[in-house]
Amino acid sequence: MSFENENKAKRYWNENIRLVLSLLTIWAAVSFGCGILLVDLLNEIHFMGFKLGFWFAQQGSMYVFVALIFVYAAKANALDEKYGVHED
Amino acid sequence: MDVQTLTYLIVGITFALYIGIAIWARAGSTKEFYVAGGGVPPIMNGMATAADWMSAASFISLAGIVSFVGYDGSVYLMGWTGGYVLLALLMAPYLRKFGKFTVPDFIGDRYYSQAARTVAVVCAIFISFTYIAGQMRGVGVVFSRFLEVDVDTGVYIGMAVVFFYAVLGGMKGITYTQVAQYCVLIFAFMVPAIFLSVMMTGHIIPQLGFGSELVDAAGNNTGVFLLDKLDGLSTQLGFAQYTEGSKSMIDVFFITGALMFGTAGLPHVIVRFFTVPRVKDARSSAGWALVFIAIMYTTIPALAAFSRVNMIETVNGPDGQGVEYAQAPSWISSWEKTGLIEFDDKNGDGKMFYTNGENNEMKIDRDIIVLATPEIASLPAWVIALVAAGGLAAALSTSAGLLLVISTSVSHDLLKKNLMPDISDKRELMFARTAAAVGIVIAGYFGINPPGFVAAVVAFAFGLAASSLFPAITMGIFSKKMNKEGAIAGMLAGLTFTATYIIYFKFVNPDANTAENWLFAISPEGIGLFGMLINFAVAIAVCKITTAVPASVQDMVESIRFPKGSGEAQDH
Repeated sequence: MSFENENKAKRYWNENIRLVLSLLTIWAAVSFGCGILLVDLLNEIHFMGFKLGFWFAQQGSMYVFVALIFVYAAKANALDEKYGVHED
Repeated sequence: MDVQTLTYLIVGITFALYIGIAIWARAGSTKEFYVAGGGVPPIMNGMATAADWMSAASFISLAGIVSFVGYDGSVYLMGWTGGYVLLALLMAPYLRKFGKFTVPDFIGDRYYSQAARTVAVVCAIFISFTYIAGQMRGVGVVFSRFLEVDVDTGVYIGMAVVFFYAVLGGMKGITYTQVAQYCVLIFAFMVPAIFLSVMMTGHIIPQLGFGSELVDAAGNNTGVFLLDKLDGLSTQLGFAQYTEGSKSMIDVFFITGALMFGTAGLPHVIVRFFTVPRVKDARSSAGWALVFIAIMYTTIPALAAFSRVNMIETVNGPDGQGVEYAQAPSWISSWEKTGLIEFDDKNGDGKMFYTNGENNEMKIDRDIIVLATPEIASLPAWVIALVAAGGLAAALSTSAGLLLVISTSVSHDLLKKNLMPDISDKRELMFARTAAAVGIVIAGYFGINPPGFVAAVVAFAFGLAASSLFPAITMGIFSKKMNKEGAIAGMLAGLTFTATYIIYFKFVNPDANTAENWLFAISPEGIGLFGMLINFAVAIAVCKITTAVPASVQDMVESIRFPKGSGEAQDH
């Protein structure tokens, strides 16, 4: 066990799960949400020459995916530091 | 120099480069062969992953598909990129910490069961062979079009090159070769897209040109947005609006999901995250992979829209009444020779006309969109040569990555872990190389005698990965309670359901493959997502009524959840 105590290990894991779930909510919102389920509604809005729903499906969702992974990497690394379980 | 000489020259230089890298980076141990010694920096690993991921099919066909189906093509764009988010957040760091070589290693150890390992090995081998058959065919097609050799000769040349660097270099050689291949393929893909974007919209960045107003030959704005023009043309010619598509919402939802979760369950992608030095690197490596993939995947829909307008205007003319066949540009006749464009003058007026209906006179194959773009836009000969080299780089990099998974599955998962546990490192390496060689021969056979159902089996690969491997791996990480009975029952249930559904509609009764007969209007391409839900449900139910997980396995799960003490990829 690399954690000081059981309680800390639990807190680390809970924080990690919260981080992952919140990022996955955004992941689902831009692709399944804006790109598919709400596409007709968003297509009423015009954005930089695109119908907004179409833009999410063919451009926007992919930009957000890239950003999500880097945000995750930064936050997860910070979490490791906070609990002292980062690699040497 | 003419196109032919230039093509030989550019393709020759790139091949010499790949082989040179393979000699420089050849593998000396099983660890170097399987996971490149676990020492590839994350940016390079990301680039190699991207080259591995982007196959001949995405290089040659994807823009063409999006071009013909518009919004419906989004399922591939979101599906084949969104899976990387799942990989990064749910799998890569934990599997890297686990530290062994393969997906079956993880499943076998986590579920303390040879049976679970065997199910995983079978999935891994099946999925990889499904893919590789299409790749070798892609090599043959590109060779035959650009080097004017026969398709079979093209396949033989491709086999020889892949044999050389995959068998010699293993993962180490493949990874560094793929970095070079990524550079070649992305350059080859972007150059024509940028040329077209500047010509049609005046924007140097295709992603911006995609949403801009069209410009006329003198470079003045016409006041008409590209996408509005495209919607107008589509409606006028009797197609669904380009930005709306024609698939049902539920089907788009399920196909996108099956591709995303399937991507995150593909063994040849997952294994990439075993090759980086640290857990930290596994996280960022997935990000870099997606950056390099997204450069191409966000360009694809732009290129698709440019080509669609270009193609319709070339055939139907600016007035939409059709262009005299006698005055058609030369690319039309040069592609007619390959049979990928056909013109049938139904009304005998000597004019070409393209529409969605009875009076359509043009049959245009989707696959020519990328390959013919340089000719359609009258780009210089070196661009045509470059596209050929790019298509080959895409096909070779993917085949090599898949071959490695096949050879690892045989030598490591099947022989070392099942049948011959006592073999030495050296003999295991020899078996790995032999398996790679046999794999190439089988792949080459499929390349020369392509099964007619290649496109159909791709749905299979993603469906199976989503419904079998993805749930087993994620539950193994995020639940300490999931036991072997639950995992095996879940994998078998998901697998059986998905395979039965796809086999029934694709092979047994293809006539019934229509929306009325589908379960909840989900097509076979999207059923993997449903199969995944079944897998989760069955696994959880069975787990509740069977024995608890041994303490040693629970400790292992605890230990993969944080990075400290990862070390290098472990030997056993």
